[in-house]
Amino acid sequence: MRLRTLRIFLWLAVALAGLGAFFLYQRQAEPVTQISQAFRPEFTLPDAQGQPHSSADFRGKYQLIFFGFTNCPDVCPTTLSEVAQVMDDLGSDADKVQPLFISIDPERDRKLGLDAFTEAFHPAILGLAGDDAATRAAADSFRIFFEREDDAAAPDGYTMSHSPGLYLIGPEGDWLRQYTYGTPASEILDDLNTRL
Amino acid sequence: MRNTLFSAAALALLAPAAFACEAVTLGDLTIEHAWSRATIGATRPAVFYVEIRNGGADDALTGIATPAAAMPMLHETVVTDGVASMPHAMSVPVPAGEIVKLAPGGYHGMLMQLTGALNEGDSFPVTLTFEKAGEVTVDVEVVPMRAEGPSCEGGH
Repeated sequence: MRLRTLRIFLWLAVALAGLGAFFLYQRQAEPVTQISQAFRPEFTLPDAQGQPHSSADFRGKYQLIFFGFTNCPDVCPTTLSEVAQVMDDLGSDADKVQPLFISIDPERDRKLGLDAFTEAFHPAILGLAGDDAATRAAADSFRIFFEREDDAAAPDGYTMSHSPGLYLIGPEGDWLRQYTYGTPASEILDDLNTRL
Repeated sequence: MRNTLFSAAALALLAPAAFACEAVTLGDLTIEHAWSRATIGATRPAVFYVEIRNGGADDALTGIATPAAAMPMLHETVVTDGVASMPHAMSVPVPAGEIVKLAPGGYHGMLMQLTGALNEGDSFPVTLTFEKAGEVTVDVEVVPMRAEGPSCEGGH
């Protein structure tokens, strides 16, 4: 009889330990996702006409944000093509999504023409190009990297290396996720449709 | 029969972009699907994509030349630790029995110092130089900036 009590007690202890481990695991798992989601990138950058736009202006809309440069022949046109396709395929929901192209090579891009570039992909894409400090601050707030690389063979003697992801910002301004470079338009669209 | 022949001829005439879909052969190499994106003016570099099938022994693409640009180069987009850069490629390996694609996000031709804007619907020649097979010239189809592939692949 006493053995049986002990056995029940021990099994209860096992169950309790299991439950405890489960909750501990849950508590550990949660903060990780929360940390990666709980930041709000901030920027204030002018468009091609010099009109400033800040992150707060886009509250209420989802934003698809890409950092690039208009002299980029491969990565940037490929991603902007995907964005253009997504905007077309969103149909009547397109007004809930604001695509933004933030220049990491603002001086040259303003000179070459920012609007003609973004419009060639989709008229909904808004191009922003600030000064060096504002551009660096914007990239830092997205926790992304860009760098000017001297290259004698490149146009004007330099090229840019940069994080090629496409970032999704929520209507409250929260960073929601990254679509890694090369994510097909259909996948981006499916993901957006679950949110809109 | 006559009708069929006639429609075939009519179709051929009606398909002005078909030239870009034609495969060009050089020894054991088949080169096809050459395409480029339209540019705004001539100040920004353009791009050159192509597909090379190698039915023979190992070879390598060592250079490109075109009257459309004064400085065409082979580049490769490389994403390392989440950062994309675009180093020059001295040559692009074309291993035996494989299909090598110069395609978005990988190897591509970067056409710098354009001699003129590339407009949608235009075509221009690019001469590819291979280490062993020698030289061959293909016609490159210029597609809209937002296109994701050549028109002859369909669906884009």
